[in-house]
Amino acid sequence: MDIRSREFQPRAVAALHDASLQQALDKARDGFVAKRAVQVAELSEFEALRETAKTLKDHVLDHLDHYLERYEAAVVAAGGQVHWARDDAEARRIILDICKRVDARTVTKGKSMVSEEIGLNTALIDAGLTVVETDLGEYIIQLAGEAPSHIIAPAVHKTREQVSDLFEKAHGGPRLTEIADLVDAARLALRERYFQADVGITGGNFLIAETGSSLIVTNEGNGDLTQTLARVHIVTAGIERVVPTLDDATLFLRLLARSATGQETETYTTLSTGPRRAGDLDGPEEYHVVLVDNGRSRMLAGPFRQMLRCIRCGACMNHCPVYGSIGGHAYGWVYPGPMGSVLTPLIKGLDAAYDLPNACTLNGRCASVCPVKIPLPDLLRRLRHEQFKQAITTLRRRRALAAWRLLATRPKLYHAFERLAARALAAIGGRAGRIRRLPGAGGWTEGRDLPAPPGRTFLERWQTERGQS
Amino acid sequence: MSSAREDILDAVRRAQGRGSRDAPTRATLDARITTPVRHLRPAFDEDLTARFIRKLESRSGTIARVDGRAGIPAAVEIFRSAHGLAPRAAVGAGLKDIDWPADWTIHHDRAGIAESLSVSPAFAGIAETGTLMLLASPESPTTHNFVPDNQVIILETTRILRHFEDAWAALRKRTGGMPRAVNLVSGPSRTADIEQTIQLGAHGPRRLHVVLVDSA
Repeated sequence: MDIRSREFQPRAVAALHDASLQQALDKARDGFVAKRAVQVAELSEFEALRETAKTLKDHVLDHLDHYLERYEAAVVAAGGQVHWARDDAEARRIILDICKRVDARTVTKGKSMVSEEIGLNTALIDAGLTVVETDLGEYIIQLAGEAPSHIIAPAVHKTREQVSDLFEKAHGGPRLTEIADLVDAARLALRERYFQADVGITGGNFLIAETGSSLIVTNEGNGDLTQTLARVHIVTAGIERVVPTLDDATLFLRLLARSATGQETETYTTLSTGPRRAGDLDGPEEYHVVLVDNGRSRMLAGPFRQMLRCIRCGACMNHCPVYGSIGGHAYGWVYPGPMGSVLTPLIKGLDAAYDLPNACTLNGRCASVCPVKIPLPDLLRRLRHEQFKQAITTLRRRRALAAWRLLATRPKLYHAFERLAARALAAIGGRAGRIRRLPGAGGWTEGRDLPAPPGRTFLERWQTERGQS
Repeated sequence: MSSAREDILDAVRRAQGRGSRDAPTRATLDARITTPVRHLRPAFDEDLTARFIRKLESRSGTIARVDGRAGIPAAVEIFRSAHGLAPRAAVGAGLKDIDWPADWTIHHDRAGIAESLSVSPAFAGIAETGTLMLLASPESPTTHNFVPDNQVIILETTRILRHFEDAWAALRKRTGGMPRAVNLVSGPSRTADIEQTIQLGAHGPRRLHVVLVDSA
């Protein structure tokens, strides 16, 4: 998928003025947050599990090479094949080669963010294959010709009316408006596709070294139909997905379901280990895993290593005020919200996604809900620092930051400036105490008034009032 | 050109500022796989069967309880007629021994596209979340778990375990190693992809009915 993160600002403005999008976001935001809160409150072990999960992920990253080798050996022992892809192009080539070798025509897909990351669909379609997304959300956006706007709810930006329009166009009339009917229509449309499929592609939430299994969680069952009915099953997963044992995977599953969809468990958790066996009546004839690096080993080396703990639950975006206001498309690539604002510049380059680390208020909600305790605001701040160091930051901002540093590192000068500013703003505010327009902050005051400070700084008041008591 | 595999593993090692792990470290890590670390598990006092039933029902599954395997056909028949389904079912060969009603058409093959009812044997139930564990084999084809609109799952009450980890332990003890597919199923298929509204029967079964068999 082409990156459009450079257009973040105009796209964010457009998103704020998109009435349908705002309606959809309003509905989504509260649902995700409230459902998660209920589940977290019900599990007294939740905080302890977060800490254990963080430690476990760090252990896996410390020994990633060994666990990957063990996982690979276990997959091969079960009759599966493991492929390694250094980058997106190599991953696409591997998958296309498998499709060509087995003479595939139809490819069904379960939801896989790695397949979005490597731009798989376009490559398959360009090669003449029919690609069918089977997750309802993915199916909706495939009909719309759009990218996912959320990592676990890809069509969260669509209203029911928009889905009705898309289905009417794709399936023909009569126009359906009830959610139950729309879900049924998708079920019917996809049923034959599962049975026709030559290749079924899914993601992998976890890869288990103990057994050589790939694990997926879904609620719809589409991933299972995809991987059970196709002749060939291909799993795409990042190299950081490996965990040592089934018990280790369980620790993450308890956190994942609660953090992602606010459930104790998703409906289906499936472990796949190799292809169909002697005597089996169903299951794929071939089982492949494509392990994708695409910048991950580079991330492992530096200060952003902690980002590799991410289990892709989406809680950070559900709790982000910026994501909640503009949705996922404005971010311009595959991963939106806080985790995407860290991952996108790291995978696609600091300058390709300049605005993303800066579109954050550092309010810290994302870090407080992250099930593996990734300090997202710290990583975002660190990216800003890297941008500054590499002179990617615009000259105007660099000068403003330099001026700020000059001031902030000299307390006397800072307090003098602060006193001056407080008095000036109080004077501009006048009797109403509100500032309607402020030079240099026109964007802020365009939509609201700035409350003027009372004329004296906090420090001044503190000194006076403490002196009185 | 070196292989992608070597390049990636080398890059991972370089990132850690080291080469391959030495033999003693590898042995320690391997022991961690052979003997899984025991993590904290959600504690609960509730009776396992009572919790299993409560949790599964909270996820829109339905349950019938019978005394002994002889009660299974009647329980499945009640479910079938209540939903007006044709007397035809894909039954896992693991349930061949059961005396199905004479007027039913039964087959033990994989589920076809028009299949409306399947009956499958569960390996275990997990009380923690009201989850069923089904293992793929010629006796229990995976298509039975996802293709039909209705699925009935037969579970012996004695097979209800406390946590997922207990089910893994049971799986490790079983001969034949890891099955090709292990399906953990918690209720009928669902989606919330349109306006966050939960709708049952997205792609998998619309109804999930468990026949809980007490030892007679």
